[in-house]
Amino acid sequence: MTVITTTKDVENLTLTLVAEFDATPDRVWEVWEDPRKLEQWWGPPTFPATFTRHDFVVGGESRYFMTGPAGETSRGWWRIDAIDKPRRLDFANGLAGDDGEATPGVDPMAGYVTFEATDTGTRMTAVTRFIDAAQMQTMLDMGMQEGMTQAIGQIDALLAPAPV
Amino acid sequence: MVVDSALANDEIDRIFGALADSTRRDILGRAIRQEQSVSALARQYAMSFAAVQKHVAVLERATLVTKERRGRQQIVYANRATLGKTATLLDNFEQLWIQRAKQIANIIADPKGE
Repeated sequence: MTVITTTKDVENLTLTLVAEFDATPDRVWEVWEDPRKLEQWWGPPTFPATFTRHDFVVGGESRYFMTGPAGETSRGWWRIDAIDKPRRLDFANGLAGDDGEATPGVDPMAGYVTFEATDTGTRMTAVTRFIDAAQMQTMLDMGMQEGMTQAIGQIDALLAPAPV
Repeated sequence: MVVDSALANDEIDRIFGALADSTRRDILGRAIRQEQSVSALARQYAMSFAAVQKHVAVLERATLVTKERRGRQQIVYANRATLGKTATLLDNFEQLWIQRAKQIANIIADPKGE
């Protein structure tokens, strides 16, 4: 059973998600490292992601696009800032233009992810930090919103008592 | 494709700008718990009445509080509609990450993904 908790810090513009998975840290790490696995979860179900580049080393970059129900795409990028396999991953995640490259003037979000072994598997803590409200709004405007809105109904169903 | 067209970008900047100051956060916290007169607020801080009034004005411009004159007193109370809208920005990311975690759990549970 997967236990998920979140903490929103409105003042510091930080979102923290803690999820406990029934798998070793190595296996949870794989869903980040292997681009074919990463694209199975990074985008919402109605906005699946395709990673065209995933250079999973410190300083390495990724490029991806997400495809919506009407075929529309939105593009993004990652830059890996720190890796300590399978314990810690720091990365920047920003918006990209149609050429796939970073959109000038839009700062990336910062992601800090840690993986801890527990008695039953792995506790993954993913912290997302935003710079300001305008950045948050821009990120939300990038197109994934439609998929997210549709997905909220699915999430509500998932959050019902039955375990994953 | 704007998410929450209820809040324009400049409006959001004003809200988060207003929240960037610890005195203003404290004033807002008090106003959320119970409406406050400006003079009662001024007694809480080691600063002039005018300085407290300025902080209230910043919160007012961000529509986080509303100020209303009652007799000789100015009463400050929290604007819950704005507070709710602000939280929805973070709510969107919260929902996205919950969904991501659920999808990771599915991948881990499904051996064909191995």
